[in-house]
Amino acid sequence: MGLEIAFWILAIVGIGAALSVVLLRNVFRAALSLILCFLAVAGIFITLSADFLAAVQVLVYVGAIAILIILGIMLTREVQRGSPANRLRIPAFIVAVAFLGVVAYAMVNTPWQIASEAPLEPTTQALGAMLFGDGGFILAVEIAPILLLVAILGAIVLVREK
Amino acid sequence: MDFAFWLIFLLPIFSFIIISVFIRPFVRPESKVAGYITITALIGSLALSIWALTEVLAAPHHVVPVESIRWLVVGDLTINIGMTMDSLTAVMLIVVTVVSLMVQIYSQGYMKGDPGYHRYYAWMSLFTASMLGLVLANNLLQMFVFWEMVGLCSYLLIGFWFHRPTAANAAKKAFIVTRIGDFGFLAAILVLFFNTGTFDIGELHGLAVAGTLAGATLTWAAIGIFSGAMGKSAQFPLHVWLPDAMEGPTPVSALIHAATMVAAGVFLVARTFPLFAHSTEALTTVAVIGGVTAIFAASMGLVMTDIKRVLAYSTISQLGYMMLGLGAGGVAIGIFHLFNHAFFKALLFLGAGSVNHATGTFDMRQMGGLRKIMPWTYATFLIASLSIAGIWPLAGFWSKDEILISSWESQPILFYLAMITVFMTAFYMFRVIFMTFGGEYRGGGPEAHGHPHESPPVMVMPMVVLAVLAVVSGLWNVTGQFGAFMGNEAHSFGFFGILTQPLPWISLILAGLGILLAYAIYSAKWLSAERIGRMFSPLYTLFFRKYWLDELYENVIVGKVLLGGFFAGLQLFDSKGVDGVVNGLASVPAVGGRAIRRAQTGQLQLYGLVMGIGLVVIILCVYFLG
Amino acid sequence: MSIGLEHYLILSVILFSIGLYGALSKRNAIIILMSIEIMLNAVNIAMVAFSRYIVPELLTGQLFAIFIMVVAAAEAAVGLAIIITIYRNRETIDATEINLMKW
Repeated sequence: MGLEIAFWILAIVGIGAALSVVLLRNVFRAALSLILCFLAVAGIFITLSADFLAAVQVLVYVGAIAILIILGIMLTREVQRGSPANRLRIPAFIVAVAFLGVVAYAMVNTPWQIASEAPLEPTTQALGAMLFGDGGFILAVEIAPILLLVAILGAIVLVREK
Repeated sequence: MDFAFWLIFLLPIFSFIIISVFIRPFVRPESKVAGYITITALIGSLALSIWALTEVLAAPHHVVPVESIRWLVVGDLTINIGMTMDSLTAVMLIVVTVVSLMVQIYSQGYMKGDPGYHRYYAWMSLFTASMLGLVLANNLLQMFVFWEMVGLCSYLLIGFWFHRPTAANAAKKAFIVTRIGDFGFLAAILVLFFNTGTFDIGELHGLAVAGTLAGATLTWAAIGIFSGAMGKSAQFPLHVWLPDAMEGPTPVSALIHAATMVAAGVFLVARTFPLFAHSTEALTTVAVIGGVTAIFAASMGLVMTDIKRVLAYSTISQLGYMMLGLGAGGVAIGIFHLFNHAFFKALLFLGAGSVNHATGTFDMRQMGGLRKIMPWTYATFLIASLSIAGIWPLAGFWSKDEILISSWESQPILFYLAMITVFMTAFYMFRVIFMTFGGEYRGGGPEAHGHPHESPPVMVMPMVVLAVLAVVSGLWNVTGQFGAFMGNEAHSFGFFGILTQPLPWISLILAGLGILLAYAIYSAKWLSAERIGRMFSPLYTLFFRKYWLDELYENVIVGKVLLGGFFAGLQLFDSKGVDGVVNGLASVPAVGGRAIRRAQTGQLQLYGLVMGIGLVVIILCVYFLG
Repeated sequence: MSIGLEHYLILSVILFSIGLYGALSKRNAIIILMSIEIMLNAVNIAMVAFSRYIVPELLTGQLFAIFIMVVAAAEAAVGLAIIITIYRNRETIDATEINLMKW
């Protein structure tokens, strides 16, 4: 019962925060709403008994990406111009709603094979074993740092003053 | 032994290769070495041909078997390169090599100093080789290849002086008109192959004799072959190219357009004669076309003033005789006339060339009085004229008589036509003699240099040799040996015995009347040519304008039907239909691109929007339709 | 009514659609970047929900989510670097004015 209440509250907060991101005219406030949205998603992860992922969500998104975005807002000084919509606002809205309707309909009408077992908890040790253990995702784990390295180098090269 | 036979054909080929690869690029055109190479090669070929003739004469049934070389195997189809070495081939080999050799020797004088001297000999060698290949061929495919090669050489040599537009046009005309006939020949080859699965002439003969190949197929195949022969042998109505072909050098006319290539059509019919023999319709067609051509061409020869054109129409007429002989009598009769005609007609052309060499013109109205100046030319020309007119006991008499007798026995109407032609032949030949050699010299052509003179010995000698042959070649069949050699029954009355028959006397009297009329008009001037011309004005105009056939072909058929109608339609279809499709196809991407280009706004979000729409559509499709 | 897989999925779709709308309709490149992050988060929710309800013992969905986060972090870094470079060169980060690639 507590889980349900938590879900509803988090869902409403998350959706509200996401809407504010796209609707608020002030860019900085939008960024703050984004942080709220990320936090709500982290809470959603907890209701899904993904405790490690929730922590990572807070660390990576709230701690790193959100800060990065705020930094970007400050560096570009685009705050004054606000967050105007382009000419595609109406079609974009229609497409988004159509997408929502179609996918939601598809998801509700798909007969999912729900498993009855209780979820694994806590997940940190199991995830570590899966990432680094035998038959796991070690290759992807190896590739991810390369991607990050390339991204860092690319970012540095791009923004470097000539 | 086989190789020696092949060498007959290969020697001129070697000569051609040597001249075109080594002589022409590296030796000055004044050098006579190309002529010597060709003459040497042809002496070899002639010697081998004579030897081949003796071999064939000695062989049982007059056939020497020769191994074929397998050339090409495609599935079930095997195409051989082989040769037939029978009496027909042997006779043709002699004709081709003798006339060719004489013409080559003559050309040493006639073509002296021409800038295209080496080219001339290269093509003459190639022509001789092709012609020998044609007579040696033992299957229709091989024959067709050489058939086209002689056509090509004819084209090249008619247009030898290609800087003259008339020569270039004449070459094209010859090529295109013969092409119409060749189309029939090719169709006939395909029909025969389709029905029998073989190209081999011997096998086709066997099938025709056995009756497997019969009926409409055989008739149409034979008529197709004959249409090829009509083109090559300038038979009505495809004769129009031959008079124009006189634009080539005169020795070329002597070799190609009098003695050998134009006779290839006759040879072709003779070679495939069993196919004709088993189809009455085809044989009648041959005889009728031959008879009609003989009188038709002779009538035009009556009024021409260009000596070579008279000879050209005479050639067409004589070829008509040969066809008539084939159609009415058989292989031996037609080929015997071919054999004799080759010598005296080549001689006539060489004589015309000699006259031209002296006077610088071919127009007989500017000649005259050459009898005393050019005694050798006059003598040989006279012999040839008597021979072609059919005067006893010269060669032309014997073969023409055979044709007349056989046509009397089979087609009396054609016999009357042939008889009138005898009269016409004698008349136009002696008209040439009296206009050219009789009377006073009328000044020559604009290119005449100084006084006319007898041609050099190198030109006279071949004429003398041919004159001897024009006298004696007919004697071969006096007792019917030639007919027996060819495997035909032939009439034989003996050397004097023939004079006891009525028919030869009729033709002799007609020929004599022709000569007398020519004498009366052109030498003694008892009658005025102009007055006769005015008296028969419509006929004269008809003959002189060549029955308006050139105009019919060029203006009506080519101009109106082909260019104005068919080709114009094709052109319209091409420019509107084909080009329209191509341009339309090309404009679809162009117009479409111009329209779709608007979508490339550079607005990333628009692309994203379209992607989103696509995504929705895909999900809808997958979920609701799949 | 108890909370099930469908609830999480609907939530995920709603967030994704909001992100989609934002990404398509905003001029400010940074807002577009934020919208993309929302979309990625929505996908993460779906991943984890599938993992939780369909294969509770295996955690593969959570692993996918982790990798998505890695990629998202890299994307945010590079994306912001690009935005800052464009801003330096053109004095604007209005996406509608960044249209050099048009015909």
